[in-house]
Amino acid sequence: MRKKVEYTQLIHEEKKHTKAQRMTDNFEPNIIAFLCNWCAYAGADLAGTSRIKYPPNMKSIRVMCSGRVDPAFILEALKNGADGILVAGCHPRDCHYQSGNYKAKRRILLLKKLLHQLGINPSRVRFEYISASEGQRFASAVTEFVDDLKKFGPNPLSGVA
Amino acid sequence: MKMRQTKNPEKLKLAFYWAASCGGCEIAALDIDEKILDVVAVADILFWPVAIDTKYKDIEAMEDKSIDVCFFNGAIRTSENEHMAKLLRSKSKVLVAFGACAHTGGIPGLANVGSREEVFNVAYLDNPSTENPNKITPKTSIKVKEGELTLPEFYDTVKSLNQVVDVDYYLPGCPPSPELISEAIDTIVQNKLPPKGSVLAPSKSVCDECKFEKCEKKISEIKRIYEVKEVDPNKCLLEQGIVCMGPATRGGCDARCLNANMPCTGCGGPTPESSDQGAKMISALASILGVKDEEKMDEKEVEELIEKVRDPLGTFYKYALPTSLINRRVMK
Repeated sequence: MRKKVEYTQLIHEEKKHTKAQRMTDNFEPNIIAFLCNWCAYAGADLAGTSRIKYPPNMKSIRVMCSGRVDPAFILEALKNGADGILVAGCHPRDCHYQSGNYKAKRRILLLKKLLHQLGINPSRVRFEYISASEGQRFASAVTEFVDDLKKFGPNPLSGVA
Repeated sequence: MKMRQTKNPEKLKLAFYWAASCGGCEIAALDIDEKILDVVAVADILFWPVAIDTKYKDIEAMEDKSIDVCFFNGAIRTSENEHMAKLLRSKSKVLVAFGACAHTGGIPGLANVGSREEVFNVAYLDNPSTENPNKITPKTSIKVKEGELTLPEFYDTVKSLNQVVDVDYYLPGCPPSPELISEAIDTIVQNKLPPKGSVLAPSKSVCDECKFEKCEKKISEIKRIYEVKEVDPNKCLLEQGIVCMGPATRGGCDARCLNANMPCTGCGGPTPESSDQGAKMISALASILGVKDEEKMDEKEVEELIEKVRDPLGTFYKYALPTSLINRRVMK
Protein backbone atom coordinates (compact mmCIF):
# COMPACT_ATOMS: atom_id res chain seq x y z
CA MET A 1 0.00 0.00 0.00
CA ARG A 2 2.86 2.34 0.87
CA LYS A 3 4.20 2.13 -2.64
CA LYS A 4 0.91 3.16 -4.13
CA VAL A 5 0.63 6.31 -2.05
CA GLU A 6 4.14 7.37 -2.97
CA TYR A 7 3.43 6.78 -6.60
CA THR A 8 0.29 8.86 -6.84
CA GLN A 9 1.84 11.49 -4.62
CA LEU A 10 4.70 11.71 -7.04
CA ILE A 11 2.34 12.73 -9.78
CA HIS A 12 0.19 15.00 -7.64
CA GLU A 13 3.13 16.93 -6.28
CA GLU A 14 4.39 17.47 -9.75
CA LYS A 15 0.95 18.66 -10.80
CA LYS A 16 0.85 21.19 -7.97
CA HIS A 17 4.32 22.53 -8.63
CA THR A 18 3.96 23.03 -12.29
CA LYS A 19 0.33 23.92 -12.71
CA ALA A 20 1.07 27.57 -13.45
CA GLN A 21 4.00 26.64 -15.58
CA ARG A 22 1.97 24.11 -17.55
CA MET A 23 -0.47 26.79 -18.62
CA THR A 24 2.28 28.75 -20.30
CA ASP A 25 4.13 28.07 -23.51
CA ASN A 26 7.14 26.45 -21.86
CA PHE A 27 5.33 23.29 -20.97
CA GLU A 28 7.50 20.74 -19.19
CA PRO A 29 6.06 17.24 -19.50
CA ASN A 30 5.87 14.98 -16.49
CA ILE A 31 7.05 11.46 -17.28
CA ILE A 32 6.67 8.37 -15.15
CA ALA A 33 9.19 5.72 -16.12
CA PHE A 34 8.95 2.07 -15.14
CA LEU A 35 12.49 0.76 -15.40
CA CYS A 36 13.54 -2.87 -15.25
CA ASN A 37 15.93 -3.56 -12.40
CA TRP A 38 18.26 -5.68 -14.55
CA CYS A 39 18.69 -3.47 -17.57
CA ALA A 40 17.05 -0.07 -18.03
CA TYR A 41 17.44 0.98 -14.40
CA ALA A 42 21.12 0.10 -14.55
CA GLY A 43 21.24 1.89 -17.91
CA ALA A 44 19.82 5.00 -16.27
CA ASP A 45 22.44 4.63 -13.54
CA LEU A 46 25.14 4.41 -16.14
CA ALA A 47 23.84 7.54 -17.85
CA GLY A 48 24.15 9.25 -14.47
CA THR A 49 27.63 8.02 -13.58
CA SER A 50 28.82 8.81 -17.10
CA ARG A 51 27.51 12.38 -16.68
CA ILE A 52 25.37 12.11 -19.78
CA LYS A 53 22.85 14.93 -19.84
CA TYR A 54 19.16 14.35 -20.35
CA PRO A 55 16.07 16.39 -19.42
CA PRO A 56 14.94 16.16 -15.78
CA ASN A 57 11.29 15.48 -16.66
CA MET A 58 11.35 11.83 -15.71
CA LYS A 59 10.50 10.18 -12.40
CA SER A 60 11.68 6.61 -12.33
CA ILE A 61 10.04 3.68 -10.62
CA ARG A 62 12.21 0.60 -10.44
CA VAL A 63 10.41 -2.67 -11.13
CA MET A 64 11.93 -6.13 -11.12
CA CYS A 65 10.89 -6.69 -14.72
CA SER A 66 9.06 -4.75 -17.42
CA GLY A 67 6.64 -7.70 -17.32
CA ARG A 68 5.66 -6.52 -13.83
CA VAL A 69 4.07 -3.39 -15.26
CA ASP A 70 0.33 -3.96 -15.16
CA PRO A 71 -1.55 -1.94 -17.83
CA ALA A 72 -3.57 -0.60 -14.89
CA PHE A 73 -0.42 1.18 -13.60
CA ILE A 74 -0.18 3.06 -16.87
CA LEU A 75 -3.89 3.93 -16.91
CA GLU A 76 -3.64 5.09 -13.31
CA ALA A 77 -0.63 7.29 -14.10
CA LEU A 78 -2.48 8.84 -17.06
CA LYS A 79 -5.61 9.33 -14.97
CA ASN A 80 -3.53 11.17 -12.37
CA GLY A 81 -2.15 13.51 -14.99
CA ALA A 82 1.19 12.05 -16.10
CA ASP A 83 1.96 13.36 -19.59
CA GLY A 84 3.99 10.37 -20.67
CA ILE A 85 4.80 6.87 -19.48
CA LEU A 86 8.03 5.17 -20.37
CA VAL A 87 8.39 1.45 -19.87
CA ALA A 88 11.88 0.17 -20.49
CA GLY A 89 12.99 -3.44 -20.40
CA CYS A 90 15.66 -5.80 -21.61
CA HIS A 91 16.44 -6.45 -25.24
CA PRO A 92 14.75 -9.49 -26.82
CA ARG A 93 16.32 -12.76 -25.60
CA ASP A 94 17.87 -10.82 -22.70
CA CYS A 95 15.10 -10.91 -20.08
CA HIS A 96 16.30 -11.96 -16.65
CA TYR A 97 13.04 -13.91 -16.31
CA GLN A 98 13.11 -15.19 -19.88
CA SER A 99 9.92 -13.65 -21.25
CA GLY A 100 8.81 -10.62 -19.21
CA ASN A 101 9.92 -8.15 -21.86
CA TYR A 102 7.90 -9.88 -24.59
CA LYS A 103 4.81 -9.78 -22.43
CA ALA A 104 5.37 -6.11 -21.63
CA LYS A 105 5.79 -5.29 -25.31
CA ARG A 106 2.53 -7.01 -26.27
CA ARG A 107 0.62 -5.53 -23.35
CA ILE A 108 1.70 -2.04 -24.27
CA LEU A 109 0.80 -2.52 -27.93
CA LEU A 110 -2.66 -3.66 -26.92
CA LEU A 111 -2.98 -0.85 -24.39
CA LYS A 112 -2.07 1.69 -27.07
CA LYS A 113 -5.00 0.48 -29.16
CA LEU A 114 -7.24 1.04 -26.16
CA LEU A 115 -5.79 4.51 -25.53
CA HIS A 116 -6.50 5.45 -29.11
CA GLN A 117 -10.14 4.47 -28.58
CA LEU A 118 -10.23 6.55 -25.40
CA GLY A 119 -9.02 9.60 -27.31
CA ILE A 120 -5.57 9.65 -25.70
CA ASN A 121 -2.54 9.87 -27.95
CA PRO A 122 -1.02 6.34 -27.83
CA SER A 123 2.44 7.86 -28.26
CA ARG A 124 2.21 9.10 -24.68
CA VAL A 125 3.13 5.56 -23.77
CA ARG A 126 6.53 4.42 -24.96
CA PHE A 127 8.27 1.09 -24.74
CA GLU A 128 12.05 0.87 -25.10
CA TYR A 129 14.65 -1.85 -25.00
CA ILE A 130 17.61 -0.52 -23.01
CA SER A 131 20.38 -2.69 -21.66
CA ALA A 132 22.51 -2.01 -18.58
CA SER A 133 25.37 -0.84 -20.80
CA GLU A 134 23.33 1.63 -22.82
CA GLY A 135 23.49 4.84 -20.82
CA GLN A 136 23.58 6.87 -23.98
CA ARG A 137 20.59 5.09 -25.43
CA PHE A 138 18.67 5.73 -22.22
CA ALA A 139 19.48 9.42 -22.29
CA SER A 140 18.50 9.81 -25.92
CA ALA A 141 15.25 7.85 -25.41
CA VAL A 142 14.24 10.24 -22.61
CA THR A 143 15.32 13.29 -24.60
CA GLU A 144 13.34 12.15 -27.64
CA PHE A 145 10.31 11.35 -25.53
CA VAL A 146 10.37 14.76 -23.83
CA ASP A 147 10.59 16.45 -27.25
CA ASP A 148 7.62 14.42 -28.50
CA LEU A 149 5.56 15.20 -25.40
CA LYS A 150 6.28 18.90 -25.71
CA LYS A 151 4.71 18.71 -29.14
CA PHE A 152 1.69 16.81 -27.84
CA GLY A 153 1.14 19.24 -24.95
CA PRO A 154 -0.29 18.40 -21.52
CA ASN A 155 -2.20 15.18 -20.88
CA PRO A 156 -5.88 15.96 -21.58
CA LEU A 157 -6.78 14.18 -18.33
CA SER A 158 -4.58 16.44 -16.22
CA GLY A 159 -7.23 19.14 -16.15
CA VAL A 160 -4.99 21.86 -17.51
CA ALA A 161 -4.96 20.97 -21.19
CA MET B 1 -36.43 -20.18 3.30
CA LYS B 2 -37.12 -19.18 6.87
CA MET B 3 -40.24 -17.12 7.10
CA ARG B 4 -39.60 -13.89 8.82
CA GLN B 5 -43.34 -13.52 9.01
CA THR B 6 -43.66 -16.16 11.74
CA LYS B 7 -41.41 -14.20 14.05
CA ASN B 8 -42.29 -10.74 12.97
CA PRO B 9 -45.74 -9.92 11.67
CA GLU B 10 -44.51 -6.78 9.98
CA LYS B 11 -43.61 -7.48 6.37
CA LEU B 12 -40.41 -6.43 4.65
CA LYS B 13 -40.92 -3.44 2.43
CA LEU B 14 -39.26 -3.75 -0.98
CA ALA B 15 -38.88 -1.45 -3.95
CA PHE B 16 -37.58 -2.08 -7.47
CA TYR B 17 -36.52 0.58 -9.90
CA TRP B 18 -35.02 0.73 -13.36
CA ALA B 19 -32.85 3.55 -14.60
CA ALA B 20 -30.81 3.33 -17.84
CA SER B 21 -31.31 -0.36 -18.47
CA CYS B 22 -32.83 -2.75 -20.97
CA GLY B 23 -35.42 -4.28 -18.66
CA GLY B 24 -33.62 -7.61 -18.49
CA CYS B 25 -33.04 -7.22 -14.77
CA GLU B 26 -36.79 -6.90 -14.24
CA ILE B 27 -37.26 -10.20 -16.02
CA ALA B 28 -34.42 -11.69 -13.98
CA ALA B 29 -36.26 -10.77 -10.79
CA LEU B 30 -39.08 -13.02 -12.04
CA ASP B 31 -36.61 -15.75 -13.05
CA ILE B 32 -36.54 -16.87 -9.45
CA ASP B 33 -39.79 -18.61 -10.47
CA GLU B 34 -42.02 -19.89 -7.68
CA LYS B 35 -39.71 -18.37 -5.10
CA ILE B 36 -41.42 -15.07 -5.91
CA LEU B 37 -44.35 -16.46 -3.90
CA ASP B 38 -42.07 -16.81 -0.87
CA VAL B 39 -40.95 -13.27 -1.44
CA VAL B 40 -44.46 -11.83 -1.49
CA ALA B 41 -45.29 -13.93 1.58
CA VAL B 42 -42.67 -12.07 3.60
CA ALA B 43 -42.56 -8.78 1.77
CA ASP B 44 -44.70 -6.00 0.45
CA ILE B 45 -43.61 -4.39 -2.78
CA LEU B 46 -44.11 -0.65 -2.44
CA PHE B 47 -42.75 0.48 -5.75
CA TRP B 48 -42.04 -1.34 -9.01
CA PRO B 49 -42.81 0.73 -12.10
CA VAL B 50 -42.63 -2.23 -14.46
CA ALA B 51 -45.18 -4.30 -12.53
CA ILE B 52 -47.36 -2.13 -10.30
CA ASP B 53 -48.96 1.23 -10.73
CA THR B 54 -47.19 3.54 -8.36
CA LYS B 55 -46.08 7.08 -9.06
CA TYR B 56 -42.94 9.00 -8.22
CA LYS B 57 -45.04 11.22 -5.96
CA ASP B 58 -45.98 8.16 -3.87
CA ILE B 59 -42.28 7.66 -3.13
CA GLU B 60 -41.78 11.36 -2.49
CA ALA B 61 -44.60 11.26 0.07
CA MET B 62 -42.97 8.44 2.05
CA GLU B 63 -40.97 9.07 5.17
CA ASP B 64 -37.20 8.67 4.92
CA LYS B 65 -35.93 5.09 5.36
CA SER B 66 -39.42 3.64 5.08
CA ILE B 67 -38.35 1.14 2.39
CA ASP B 68 -36.34 -1.76 3.82
CA VAL B 69 -34.55 -2.80 0.65
CA CYS B 70 -34.49 -1.15 -2.76
CA PHE B 71 -33.19 -3.08 -5.76
CA PHE B 72 -31.98 -0.51 -8.25
CA ASN B 73 -31.06 -1.63 -11.74
CA GLY B 74 -29.73 0.43 -14.63
CA ALA B 75 -27.02 3.01 -15.04
CA ILE B 76 -27.35 6.77 -14.50
CA ARG B 77 -27.79 8.38 -17.88
CA THR B 78 -30.28 11.20 -17.34
CA SER B 79 -31.20 13.69 -14.64
CA GLU B 80 -34.33 11.61 -14.03
CA ASN B 81 -32.17 8.54 -13.29
CA GLU B 82 -30.09 10.61 -10.90
CA HIS B 83 -33.12 12.13 -9.20
CA MET B 84 -34.66 8.69 -8.64
CA ALA B 85 -31.37 7.29 -7.35
CA LYS B 86 -31.14 10.08 -4.79
CA LEU B 87 -34.81 9.82 -3.87
CA LEU B 88 -34.73 6.05 -3.41
CA ARG B 89 -31.47 6.34 -1.47
CA SER B 90 -33.07 8.62 1.07
CA LYS B 91 -36.21 6.48 1.35
CA SER B 92 -34.40 3.13 1.65
CA LYS B 93 -32.55 1.52 4.53
CA VAL B 94 -30.61 -0.74 2.16
CA LEU B 95 -29.87 0.13 -1.46
CA VAL B 96 -28.74 -2.72 -3.71
CA ALA B 97 -27.15 -2.00 -7.10
CA PHE B 98 -28.85 -4.75 -9.09
CA GLY B 99 -27.13 -5.98 -12.24
CA ALA B 100 -24.15 -4.89 -14.28
CA CYS B 101 -25.47 -1.41 -15.23
CA ALA B 102 -26.00 -0.25 -11.66
CA HIS B 103 -22.89 -2.10 -10.50
CA THR B 104 -20.29 -1.11 -13.11
CA GLY B 105 -22.14 0.99 -15.70
CA GLY B 106 -23.07 -1.86 -18.03
CA ILE B 107 -23.64 -1.75 -21.75
CA PRO B 108 -25.22 1.76 -21.66
CA GLY B 109 -21.84 2.82 -20.27
CA LEU B 110 -20.22 2.08 -23.61
CA ALA B 111 -21.83 5.32 -24.78
CA ASN B 112 -19.02 7.01 -22.86
CA VAL B 113 -16.99 6.70 -26.06
CA GLY B 114 -19.17 9.54 -27.32
CA SER B 115 -20.80 12.68 -25.99
CA ARG B 116 -24.46 13.64 -25.79
CA GLU B 117 -24.11 15.43 -29.11
CA GLU B 118 -22.65 12.38 -30.82
CA VAL B 119 -25.31 10.10 -29.36
CA PHE B 120 -28.07 12.47 -30.51
CA ASN B 121 -26.51 12.76 -33.94
CA VAL B 122 -26.62 9.01 -34.43
CA ALA B 123 -30.03 8.57 -32.86
CA TYR B 124 -31.88 11.54 -34.35
CA LEU B 125 -29.96 13.00 -37.27
CA ASP B 126 -27.35 10.98 -39.12
CA ASN B 127 -29.12 7.68 -39.36
CA PRO B 128 -30.02 6.67 -42.94
CA SER B 129 -33.41 5.37 -41.83
CA THR B 130 -34.21 8.44 -39.73
CA GLU B 131 -36.46 11.11 -41.15
CA ASN B 132 -36.06 14.31 -39.20
CA PRO B 133 -36.21 17.25 -41.63
CA ASN B 134 -36.49 19.85 -38.85
CA LYS B 135 -33.46 18.36 -37.10
CA ILE B 136 -35.23 18.05 -33.79
CA THR B 137 -33.26 16.63 -30.91
CA PRO B 138 -34.44 16.31 -27.29
CA LYS B 139 -34.36 19.56 -25.31
CA THR B 140 -34.81 19.91 -21.57
CA SER B 141 -37.63 22.39 -21.99
CA ILE B 142 -39.74 23.95 -24.71
CA LYS B 143 -42.49 26.50 -24.63
CA VAL B 144 -45.68 25.62 -26.47
CA LYS B 145 -48.93 27.50 -26.42
CA GLU B 146 -50.31 25.23 -23.69
CA GLY B 147 -47.32 25.99 -21.46
CA GLU B 148 -43.83 24.67 -20.87
CA LEU B 149 -42.91 21.05 -21.63
CA THR B 150 -39.86 19.50 -20.01
CA LEU B 151 -37.69 16.43 -20.47
CA PRO B 152 -34.94 15.09 -18.21
CA GLU B 153 -31.44 16.19 -19.11
CA PHE B 154 -29.39 13.66 -21.03
CA TYR B 155 -25.84 13.53 -19.64
CA ASP B 156 -22.61 13.30 -21.63
CA THR B 157 -21.26 10.63 -19.32
CA VAL B 158 -23.00 7.49 -18.09
CA LYS B 159 -22.35 6.68 -14.43
CA SER B 160 -22.77 3.65 -12.23
CA LEU B 161 -25.14 3.91 -9.26
CA ASN B 162 -22.35 4.31 -6.69
CA GLN B 163 -21.01 7.31 -8.58
CA VAL B 164 -24.13 9.29 -7.66
CA VAL B 165 -25.30 7.83 -4.34
CA ASP B 166 -24.04 5.66 -1.49
CA VAL B 167 -24.67 1.98 -2.32
CA ASP B 168 -24.90 -0.76 0.31
CA TYR B 169 -24.61 -3.92 -1.79
CA TYR B 170 -23.96 -4.98 -5.35
CA LEU B 171 -25.49 -7.84 -7.30
CA PRO B 172 -23.35 -8.39 -10.40
CA GLY B 173 -24.37 -9.91 -13.72
CA CYS B 174 -26.24 -9.06 -16.88
CA PRO B 175 -28.67 -9.98 -15.49
CA PRO B 176 -27.77 -11.42 -12.05
CA SER B 177 -28.34 -15.17 -12.03
CA PRO B 178 -31.49 -16.47 -10.32
CA GLU B 179 -29.25 -18.26 -7.80
CA LEU B 180 -27.52 -15.02 -6.81
CA ILE B 181 -30.86 -13.22 -6.53
CA SER B 182 -32.34 -15.99 -4.38
CA GLU B 183 -29.29 -16.03 -2.15
CA ALA B 184 -29.42 -12.26 -1.79
CA ILE B 185 -33.09 -12.35 -0.87
CA ASP B 186 -32.43 -15.13 1.67
CA THR B 187 -29.65 -13.19 3.34
CA ILE B 188 -31.86 -10.12 3.51
CA VAL B 189 -34.85 -12.00 4.91
CA GLN B 190 -32.70 -13.80 7.47
CA ASN B 191 -30.92 -10.54 8.22
CA LYS B 192 -27.49 -12.06 7.59
CA LEU B 193 -26.14 -9.37 5.33
CA PRO B 194 -22.35 -9.12 4.93
CA PRO B 195 -20.47 -5.86 5.62
CA LYS B 196 -21.66 -2.82 3.73
CA GLY B 197 -20.16 -2.41 0.28
CA SER B 198 -19.95 -6.16 -0.39
CA VAL B 199 -20.61 -7.64 -3.77
CA LEU B 200 -23.15 -10.39 -3.19
CA ALA B 201 -21.28 -12.96 -5.27
CA PRO B 202 -18.28 -15.26 -4.85
CA SER B 203 -14.87 -13.61 -5.03
CA LYS B 204 -13.54 -16.09 -7.59
CA SER B 205 -13.24 -15.61 -11.31
CA VAL B 206 -15.50 -17.14 -13.94
CA CYS B 207 -12.63 -19.51 -14.91
CA ASP B 208 -12.99 -21.05 -11.48
CA GLU B 209 -16.55 -22.15 -12.29
CA CYS B 210 -15.94 -23.01 -15.93
CA LYS B 211 -16.33 -26.56 -17.23
CA PHE B 212 -13.60 -26.31 -19.84
CA GLU B 213 -10.24 -27.86 -19.15
CA LYS B 214 -7.42 -25.40 -18.71
CA CYS B 215 -3.85 -26.28 -19.71
CA GLU B 216 -0.87 -24.04 -20.19
CA LYS B 217 -2.24 -21.28 -22.33
CA LYS B 218 -0.59 -20.44 -25.62
CA ILE B 219 -2.47 -18.92 -28.48
CA SER B 220 -1.10 -17.96 -31.84
CA GLU B 221 -4.08 -16.09 -33.21
CA ILE B 222 -7.37 -14.49 -32.23
CA LYS B 223 -10.53 -15.83 -33.80
CA ARG B 224 -14.06 -14.49 -33.94
CA ILE B 225 -16.64 -17.05 -32.90
CA TYR B 226 -17.93 -17.60 -36.42
CA GLU B 227 -14.41 -18.34 -37.61
CA VAL B 228 -14.20 -21.40 -35.40
CA LYS B 229 -15.70 -24.30 -37.32
CA GLU B 230 -16.04 -26.62 -34.36
CA VAL B 231 -15.54 -25.71 -30.75
CA ASP B 232 -13.59 -28.37 -28.88
CA PRO B 233 -16.01 -29.14 -26.03
CA ASN B 234 -13.21 -29.82 -23.57
CA LYS B 235 -10.61 -27.18 -24.21
CA CYS B 236 -10.56 -23.68 -22.71
CA LEU B 237 -11.99 -21.24 -25.25
CA LEU B 238 -9.06 -18.87 -24.84
CA GLU B 239 -6.75 -21.70 -25.81
CA GLN B 240 -8.87 -22.13 -28.92
CA GLY B 241 -8.22 -18.50 -29.82
CA ILE B 242 -11.59 -17.10 -28.76
CA VAL B 243 -11.42 -14.02 -26.54
CA CYS B 244 -13.09 -15.00 -23.26
CA MET B 245 -13.25 -12.52 -20.39
CA GLY B 246 -13.34 -15.33 -17.80
CA PRO B 247 -9.94 -14.65 -16.22
CA ALA B 248 -10.78 -10.99 -15.51
CA THR B 249 -14.41 -11.41 -14.49
CA ARG B 250 -16.07 -12.16 -11.15
CA GLY B 251 -17.93 -15.44 -11.09
CA GLY B 252 -21.14 -16.39 -9.34
CA CYS B 253 -22.90 -17.13 -12.61
CA ASP B 254 -21.82 -20.80 -12.71
CA ALA B 255 -20.22 -19.92 -16.06
CA ARG B 256 -23.61 -19.98 -17.74
CA CYS B 257 -22.35 -18.66 -21.06
CA LEU B 258 -19.47 -21.14 -21.11
CA ASN B 259 -21.92 -23.96 -20.46
CA ALA B 260 -23.56 -22.94 -23.73
CA ASN B 261 -20.13 -22.94 -25.45
CA MET B 262 -20.12 -19.15 -25.60
CA PRO B 263 -17.23 -17.08 -24.26
CA CYS B 264 -17.61 -14.91 -21.18
CA THR B 265 -18.15 -11.26 -22.08
CA GLY B 266 -17.43 -9.91 -18.62
CA CYS B 267 -20.80 -8.97 -17.11
CA GLY B 268 -19.74 -9.90 -13.56
CA GLY B 269 -17.39 -6.93 -13.44
CA PRO B 270 -13.80 -7.00 -12.21
CA THR B 271 -12.52 -9.58 -9.77
CA PRO B 272 -12.16 -8.25 -6.20
CA GLU B 273 -8.40 -7.72 -6.35
CA SER B 274 -8.34 -5.78 -9.59
CA SER B 275 -9.04 -2.12 -10.06
CA ASP B 276 -9.70 -2.27 -13.76
CA GLN B 277 -11.29 -5.16 -15.60
CA GLY B 278 -10.03 -4.21 -19.05
CA ALA B 279 -6.45 -3.64 -17.92
CA LYS B 280 -6.53 -7.05 -16.28
CA MET B 281 -7.73 -8.66 -19.48
CA ILE B 282 -5.18 -6.80 -21.61
CA SER B 283 -2.54 -8.12 -19.27
CA ALA B 284 -3.87 -11.69 -19.37
CA LEU B 285 -4.47 -11.83 -23.10
CA ALA B 286 -1.20 -10.22 -24.12
CA SER B 287 0.75 -12.64 -21.98
CA ILE B 288 -0.64 -15.72 -23.73
CA LEU B 289 -1.06 -14.36 -27.26
CA GLY B 290 1.93 -15.22 -29.42
CA VAL B 291 3.95 -16.95 -26.72
CA LYS B 292 5.05 -19.58 -29.20
CA ASP B 293 8.10 -18.38 -31.11
CA GLU B 294 7.99 -15.04 -29.33
CA GLU B 295 11.77 -14.90 -29.41
CA LYS B 296 11.85 -15.10 -33.17
CA MET B 297 9.01 -12.67 -33.84
CA ASP B 298 10.00 -9.30 -35.22
CA GLU B 299 8.28 -6.05 -34.27
CA LYS B 300 5.99 -6.12 -37.28
CA GLU B 301 4.76 -9.63 -36.60
CA VAL B 302 3.96 -8.75 -32.99
CA GLU B 303 2.06 -5.69 -34.17
CA GLU B 304 0.07 -7.74 -36.66
CA LEU B 305 -0.82 -10.22 -33.95
CA ILE B 306 -2.05 -7.49 -31.60
CA GLU B 307 -3.94 -5.89 -34.48
CA LYS B 308 -6.17 -8.99 -34.50
CA VAL B 309 -7.84 -7.72 -31.34
CA ARG B 310 -10.18 -5.43 -33.25
CA ASP B 311 -11.91 -3.51 -30.50
CA PRO B 312 -10.14 -3.65 -27.14
CA LEU B 313 -12.45 -1.10 -25.51
CA GLY B 314 -15.68 -2.81 -26.58
CA THR B 315 -14.34 -6.26 -25.78
CA PHE B 316 -12.62 -5.64 -22.46
CA TYR B 317 -14.91 -2.95 -21.05
CA LYS B 318 -18.22 -4.16 -22.42
CA TYR B 319 -19.88 -3.72 -19.02
CA ALA B 320 -17.43 -1.68 -16.97
CA LEU B 321 -16.33 1.44 -18.82
CA PRO B 322 -17.95 3.97 -16.41
CA THR B 323 -16.21 2.40 -13.40
CA SER B 324 -12.84 1.82 -15.07
CA LEU B 325 -9.75 3.94 -14.41
CA ILE B 326 -10.34 6.11 -17.46
CA ASN B 327 -14.11 6.11 -17.60
CA ARG B 328 -14.79 7.80 -20.91
CA ARG B 329 -13.31 8.99 -24.14
CA VAL B 330 -11.53 12.32 -23.68
CA MET B 331 -14.03 15.11 -24.39
CA LYS B 332 -12.86 17.55 -26.98
